[in-house]
Amino acid sequence: MKPTNIKDPEYFHKVVDCQYACPAHTPVPEYIRLIAREKYTEAYMVNWESNVFPGILGRTCDRPCEPACRRGRVEEEPVAICRLKRVAADNKGDVKQHMPKGPFTPNGKKIALVGAGPAALTVARDLAPLGYEIHLYDEQKAGGGFMRSQIPSFRLPESVLDEEVNYILDLGINKHFNHYVSSLKELLAKDYDAVFVGSGAPQGRDLPDMAGRQEGAANIHIGINWLANVAFEHINKIGKKVIVLGGGNTAMDCCRTARRLGGEHVKVIVRSPFAEMKASPWEKEDAIHEDIPIIDNHVPKSFVIENGKLKGMTFEKVHAVYDDKGKRKLVPTGDADVFFEADDVLVAIGQENSFPWIERDLGIDFDKWNMPIVDPATFVSTNKRVFFGGDAAFGPKNVITAVAHGHQAAISIHMNCMGEDMAQRPAPFTNLLSQKMGIHEWSYDSEVVTDLRYAVPHADKTLTLTNRKKEVELGFDVPTGFKEAERCLNCDVQTVFTESKCIECDACMDICPTSCITFTVNEDETDLRAHLKVQATNLTQDLYVSDTLPTKRVMVKDEDVCLHCGLCAERCPTSAWDMQQFLYKVTKAEHACQHH
Amino acid sequence: MTYIRPKFRHPGLPKNELGYTLAQYEGALSTLCAGCGHDSISAGIIQAAFDLNIQPHKLAKLSGIGCSSKTPTYFLSNSHGFNSVHGRMPSVATGANLANRDLTYFGVSGDGDTASIGMGQFVHVIRRNLNMTYIVMNNGCYGLTKGQDSATADAGSKNKSGHVNLFESIDLASLAIELGASFVAQSFSGDKEQLVPLIREAMKHPGFAFINVISPCVTFNNNVGSTKSYDYVREHIEGTGTKDFVPMMKEITTKYAEGTVQGVKMHDGSDLQLHKLANEWNPEDRISAINAVKTASAKHEILTGLLFIDRNTKDLHHLIQTAETPLNQLGENVLCPGNEVLKDINAGLR
Repeated sequence: MKPTNIKDPEYFHKVVDCQYACPAHTPVPEYIRLIAREKYTEAYMVNWESNVFPGILGRTCDRPCEPACRRGRVEEEPVAICRLKRVAADNKGDVKQHMPKGPFTPNGKKIALVGAGPAALTVARDLAPLGYEIHLYDEQKAGGGFMRSQIPSFRLPESVLDEEVNYILDLGINKHFNHYVSSLKELLAKDYDAVFVGSGAPQGRDLPDMAGRQEGAANIHIGINWLANVAFEHINKIGKKVIVLGGGNTAMDCCRTARRLGGEHVKVIVRSPFAEMKASPWEKEDAIHEDIPIIDNHVPKSFVIENGKLKGMTFEKVHAVYDDKGKRKLVPTGDADVFFEADDVLVAIGQENSFPWIERDLGIDFDKWNMPIVDPATFVSTNKRVFFGGDAAFGPKNVITAVAHGHQAAISIHMNCMGEDMAQRPAPFTNLLSQKMGIHEWSYDSEVVTDLRYAVPHADKTLTLTNRKKEVELGFDVPTGFKEAERCLNCDVQTVFTESKCIECDACMDICPTSCITFTVNEDETDLRAHLKVQATNLTQDLYVSDTLPTKRVMVKDEDVCLHCGLCAERCPTSAWDMQQFLYKVTKAEHACQHH
Repeated sequence: MTYIRPKFRHPGLPKNELGYTLAQYEGALSTLCAGCGHDSISAGIIQAAFDLNIQPHKLAKLSGIGCSSKTPTYFLSNSHGFNSVHGRMPSVATGANLANRDLTYFGVSGDGDTASIGMGQFVHVIRRNLNMTYIVMNNGCYGLTKGQDSATADAGSKNKSGHVNLFESIDLASLAIELGASFVAQSFSGDKEQLVPLIREAMKHPGFAFINVISPCVTFNNNVGSTKSYDYVREHIEGTGTKDFVPMMKEITTKYAEGTVQGVKMHDGSDLQLHKLANEWNPEDRISAINAVKTASAKHEILTGLLFIDRNTKDLHHLIQTAETPLNQLGENVLCPGNEVLKDINAGLR
């Protein structure tokens, strides 16, 4: 193999599994260390700069970082990254003093944002301090988008949402709430330099042709609309027997909300096998904990109506069959159809984009699925004044993805407005700094603790089920937060190897607790992976290969299960190994333009 | 500060026939200097014990005093251990071995512990052909007392302070061959590919197996002018090609030209494959082995690999015909048969 080019910022970035997996590339180990040092305000600000909504995401994030966490490969469970973020948010001091403060000198450019969800709010935050005049439109009475209308208060208290939305609105954003944008043409006719569409995926899927759908309409609700109506307090009760259709996180929010609005016998009924449901495992657990059975392998067949009123639903029993390519097919078992009683049914089987307000003659091309054609790097549409982000760009994802889109769209808008080529994306900010303090001392906590993942305490069920707004998760207290933070392996503290200093004494290879380092003759990657001290079978993890050493061998380090404990560097007599902290920050709009 | 080794190990660590991984053969974290050759030898011992499927409780590790003699703490934590008086490891090993011949005995010593204070015991344990492995971690200096020249420092070699050694060195390998050791090898701590198979063969050898391992003292004897530094040793074993005396594992013998590989049938039935460039050298001939070492030495080369082996050796137990059962498995009536038997013996001596 060729020697690894560690000058390429993406090499070490990939070693920081959590940060690499995060759509916004939040420097996770950096803020976890700050939490361990009780520097909550600083930890919050590291998050705020990167993901804009630390308090919200610390409760509701889909956490793509956690399955990626290296800890999950050396023991049972990853670090509770998401809930540590909340520890920072819960214990922070005055963060506002660290945020940009207006009024900002106007730069003469005007921007419209359609929808006040996470994507648009991120654009607003990135561009307002640069002097843009920003107009934010939303049909609801307050900002937050789906974070407000879809995520129930028992998971995300309104106060947390308001606080973080207001940090942005306070940057001098012109708010146009209760204002549904019904024509993009009209908006474009105004003198906006750019329009950002962050209107989400607002249409919940229905079962329009199913028998009984029309007759039972009064008691059949589209999940996301129903949740919004609950959030905005248009609905405050539901029948005793409730069926929730669907297996995603919206279904989990629906069933748990129904339990709080008078639903006594709430059940989730889903087509797929339990293990393949789209909902996050922890959300399923929380639902089951609230006495909500999840009945899998049942395909809805009809709404049963009696005397003009919904009585229940029938389902066909199926089981999953997989073909050679692993593709799933749900095949009827042949058993008799099953009937479940219901006073109300919540349909939470997915959501879709819908752009009835975008005229098709504006130079914005749409594909065959009626989705706008959007550049995945710049988020510009085929009309150079119109940008898309969040669920509106590529369909429903999650909050953190929307934030990531927002940052990139803001860069594009800024570059475009400043007359620069937005295709030339700015390089990330990186820094690599030795952590050496002494022979056995590093400026990070290099000891690897064996603590298993700590569980977040929950409020008592009797309290939470009677009050829709009572938050279920209590968050880690400070001592537990510290202990959980100590589980972080500090993967951003990189093992950096300098071959010219190596005397090939083997000390690093002998000491490495997880057998990551091998000195061997060089081969191509497949052979090298097979001939290491322990075979490197995880192909998603790179091999770090040195240049040829005096004995004609190379140093090969399998990054897979490195604990970043620093023992290789401590046992190195010549400091050929050093532990160096790698900071990788995605460049934001503020530093995107070379000339402005 | 971290003096603590993390508990986590690679989840894909291979297992040996006993179902153990290398972790079951580890010891405490070393307190020797970073980069010490001794640590590398410890790792080689761990690997060899793992490879041989040794049950840790069936091995006893013994040592004297010195940096080298600290190392048994750093390997095989689950085995028996005895850290003896300076230079007196052979007598303790002899006692233990005579009491229980069922264990594998592994002695670790240094150049001071063996060639100076322990020389008297060293030569006699060789003569007696005690069934044990005896490793000298040879760094040519007294590392524990800040690097004075030891008895194995080569005449003319320079220590860290610039002092040139005036005295002839003791060549432990030729001494061992001369005194009748039945397995003699020489190796380098920086070459595990050679060292680990040698340790394995030594542990299997049914008599006294001696390995002199050059092990650079990274703090006091790794300077220019030293003949025991990483750089010097690498240059002087590279030059001779004597690395090829390594007992090769079967799968890599094919890399060598035909006619240069010699198979030696070992006592346990396994084949030891030796690759040699020096055609005159015969590893089963004591005189030929001594010649090879001396010839190399005259050329300032360091001959490494298996130097001599006597496959038909008879260890101390055979020579003095001791009981085959370990003493701890014999009943009190056998060990101490009583007055009647004593009377008979005494009568026989009258």
